[in-house]
Amino acid sequence: MPWLSTLMAVPAVGAVAVAAVPKRNETLAKQLTFAVSLVVLALAAVMAAQFNPGGDRLQFTETYSWIPSFGIHFALGVDGVALVLILLSALLVPIVVLASWNEAAGTPEAPAKRSVKTYFALILVLEAMMIGVFAATDVFLFYVFFEAMLIPMYFMIGSYGGAQRSYAAVKFLLYSLLGGLLMLVAVIGLYVIAGKNTFLHTELIGAITDPGVQRWLFLGFFIAFAIKAPLVPFHTWLPDSAAQAPAGAAVLLVGVLDKVGTYGMLRFCLELFPDASRFFTPLVITLAVIGIIYGAIVAIGQTDIKRLIAYTSISHFGFIAMGVFAMTTTAGAGATLYMVNHGFATGALFLVAGFLIQRRGSQYISDYGGVQKVTPVLAGSFLFACLAGTAVPGLATFVSEFTVLIGTFQNRTYLVAAVIATFGVVLSAIYMLWLYQRVAGGPPSEGVKSLGELNGREKWVMAPLIAVILALGVYPKPLFDVINPSVTQTLSIAGVTQDPEPTLNVAVQRGAGQ
Amino acid sequence: MNQIEPPVIEYAQVAPLLVVFGAAVLGVVVEAFAPRYLRKAIHMPLTLLSLAGAFVLTVWQATQSPHNAAAMGAIAVDGPTLFVWGTILVLAVVSVLLISDEDHFVGQASALPGSAEEEESITARAAHTEVYPLVLFAVGGMLLFPASNDLLIMFVALEVMSLPLYLLCGLARRRRLLSQEAAMKYFLLGAFSSAFFLFGTALLYGVAGTVEFRGIAEALTRVGGMDTLLLAGTATLGVGLLFKIGAAPFQAWKPDVYQGAPTPVTALMASGTLVAAFGGLLRVFWVALGGLEWDWKPVLWGVAILTMLVGAILAITQTDIKRMLAYSSIAHAGFLLVGVVAVGDAEQNREALTGLLFYLVAYGIATVGAFAVVTLVRDAGGEANHLSRWAGLGKRAPLLAGVFALFLLAFAGIPLTSGFLGKYAIFAAAGGADAWPLVIVAVIASAVAAFFYVRVIVLMFFSDPAADGPTIAVPTVSTSIVVALAAAATVVLGVIPEPVLNLASIAAESLFVR
Repeated sequence: MPWLSTLMAVPAVGAVAVAAVPKRNETLAKQLTFAVSLVVLALAAVMAAQFNPGGDRLQFTETYSWIPSFGIHFALGVDGVALVLILLSALLVPIVVLASWNEAAGTPEAPAKRSVKTYFALILVLEAMMIGVFAATDVFLFYVFFEAMLIPMYFMIGSYGGAQRSYAAVKFLLYSLLGGLLMLVAVIGLYVIAGKNTFLHTELIGAITDPGVQRWLFLGFFIAFAIKAPLVPFHTWLPDSAAQAPAGAAVLLVGVLDKVGTYGMLRFCLELFPDASRFFTPLVITLAVIGIIYGAIVAIGQTDIKRLIAYTSISHFGFIAMGVFAMTTTAGAGATLYMVNHGFATGALFLVAGFLIQRRGSQYISDYGGVQKVTPVLAGSFLFACLAGTAVPGLATFVSEFTVLIGTFQNRTYLVAAVIATFGVVLSAIYMLWLYQRVAGGPPSEGVKSLGELNGREKWVMAPLIAVILALGVYPKPLFDVINPSVTQTLSIAGVTQDPEPTLNVAVQRGAGQ
Repeated sequence: MNQIEPPVIEYAQVAPLLVVFGAAVLGVVVEAFAPRYLRKAIHMPLTLLSLAGAFVLTVWQATQSPHNAAAMGAIAVDGPTLFVWGTILVLAVVSVLLISDEDHFVGQASALPGSAEEEESITARAAHTEVYPLVLFAVGGMLLFPASNDLLIMFVALEVMSLPLYLLCGLARRRRLLSQEAAMKYFLLGAFSSAFFLFGTALLYGVAGTVEFRGIAEALTRVGGMDTLLLAGTATLGVGLLFKIGAAPFQAWKPDVYQGAPTPVTALMASGTLVAAFGGLLRVFWVALGGLEWDWKPVLWGVAILTMLVGAILAITQTDIKRMLAYSSIAHAGFLLVGVVAVGDAEQNREALTGLLFYLVAYGIATVGAFAVVTLVRDAGGEANHLSRWAGLGKRAPLLAGVFALFLLAFAGIPLTSGFLGKYAIFAAAGGADAWPLVIVAVIASAVAAFFYVRVIVLMFFSDPAADGPTIAVPTVSTSIVVALAAAATVVLGVIPEPVLNLASIAAESLFVR
């Protein structure tokens, strides 16, 4: 069974169906979207169950010739890394749909410009493309999804966002397009210089040998990914977009779309340009560490909840990038797990913040206070999400953050970087717990007293996220089992493994909860 | 004794030309003898059938092989010519469908704007049905231009193509002064550039002793590249050709003319003329002056860079939709020039030519579609061309705005639209010719250009509609066909480009005959 193309086709067809629903029947459009996203989740789960971690590197492969004149294939396939990211997308979409039930109507000060059903159709289009971008094993196909993904997100921010939405949407699109176009140059360069007349990723590995050429091509890809991820100094679009996007779109943007950047670094930068990766590693690690600290400090100073969450993500993306480029298996596996966990943790944060903002009608922290006395369940969910953002032991984010740090310490070259990055953990406690204190602690402020408690639908939104974060925090082994072989293979293809002696590795991995 | 040999004409090969010109002459006869009320009823089928017939003949030609120069070597009916013919004929048919709409052309061009005579002509429902034969003559010229295999024929074609267009430009029904000014400007500057062309022809004749491309190419091998006369001739000839495609610094006419001309005529000029002009430009530089490559290449590099930047940057400041599309057309001429200079060995030339041909089809069709949409957005004074009037169009006419957004995304080169693959094909060809700086400038210009395309989308979808906004004219059947066809072609060429790419590469296989 062609699993991956089915996974893409179901939401794509679903999007058309949702768009065809009569405009007045909004409920039907929402229910249909939810049903489709559940079908996708079920399919993804069944597919994941059939994945054999010890088997071939790429599984569920499909290859069809798409544009033979340019050597472009519609080629799909997943390894462990892509699989867990597809699972992340498939799980987040139904949650986001449920959370966005009443959101597409817009806020009182910025009513939505487009109909409700369009929003849900766009979510499904986006889901098809998100699955496609992680499943693509043809560099050109990856690029097509990488760019095409921008359009639905652009309309989601621009049509359904907050007051500054059109500014945010344009900034988002132009930043991403510029990065994408630089990548296009590198994609062309890869094709022309490799001279293999194909874009298949597996064929292109090792095709570019000249170190100078590798560096230029690496830069083309890397800048695009660094804008997407985003790393400092390419990050300025993210706070605007995340703050203006409706909470559901923000979850997909930060939780999944931005992961394409870090995934691309692991998949394309390391595997296609190993020499250049080694050459640029000090630079990338430096940027990552700056991002960790800078994002955390700026997050502390934010007055807007959504912007604060966006800056915490910049800090977290620093961790992921550091893990990818630390060149040890532990760090790479940690970074991959971090991508997944960050999706859930930040998703929970954005959604619960969205519930708060929807009730109170303000994004400003100063408008809140004492929420825990008025709405204990809502405040409890918020506290849980904040703790997940802080990476408290027992929660999923702790495992990944710890693994990344351990993995980076293993590579003795970047000891200093790892030490500095560790301070990011401390800072994360400040920005998250202080946020919680200001919003939920103290006596209830005037506008907060009338807030309503989470309703049944909203509880169903938070429950699976909390469950997943807890489960992966206590028992991350299934994910590590899938991720580890893939990361090992990626690093061995790249030929850049800096793993320490096995004895030490085992000891450390035991410490990492395996 | 002087014996005059009768020239040999391969009628079958030039049949498409003969059909179009024959129909044009017939149209003049109809204009002279048919009663007024019958004229349009005769012109429409005559025009459409002759264009369709010419298209069928072109297709039939394409199945015949081998192709060679016809009419004593004056007309080259080769692969590229046939492809360009097919493209121009399709674009002409859709443009004629637009032209056939009422209300674009003035009732009596000789009546002074605002005079009593004008009133009379309106009440008498006078109409200039001459536009049909004029269009046919222009299309005939467009067909002959890229097929000409000697400079004199090319000059004749240039004039046959241009003179009817000068006239058509001045026939707008609304804002007649602007229209007449456009016609005047176009005529004066066009005549000026024709003079340059002719001057260049004379100088090259001085060098080569012949005006045939083959002869000039042969002569180049004898005189080498350092002949002053040769360089001066090349330069002046180049000025004449670059004027027609609207390359900087000869682009000044484009915005004024595109803005003033009746929109269907603008559509014909922006698509058909551009295709024809590029066909001719390619033949002159690749065939006749191919041996001079090292001399013209740096100049065209500069022109291409300047054209892309001028088009992309000046478009940002435009407030009129037609002027904006004109500057966008200038930027696209720049992108196409990138393909023109991407020459190298035969394989490389084939690749560049394939890319150019595909780009011309993709851009031409999207352009006609975009202008067709422009004709539909109207207010009391005719078309509402000021960009501010387009605010909130997405709310008022979601389908129309959506289709226009699709064309804009295609212009911007977003994946899954025709424009993206066109750009990719050209940039890849330029990469193959090691013109990396040109590719980098081209992607930067693309990013800049994306800004103003996206701005229109923002205006249409994310802004509030103006209180007294324009009305959306109910599209006539012919306009609907044009918009639907263009939209379908834009998507299909973006998703399943292989058939057209294949045709283009077959057409490019033999390159140009000499």
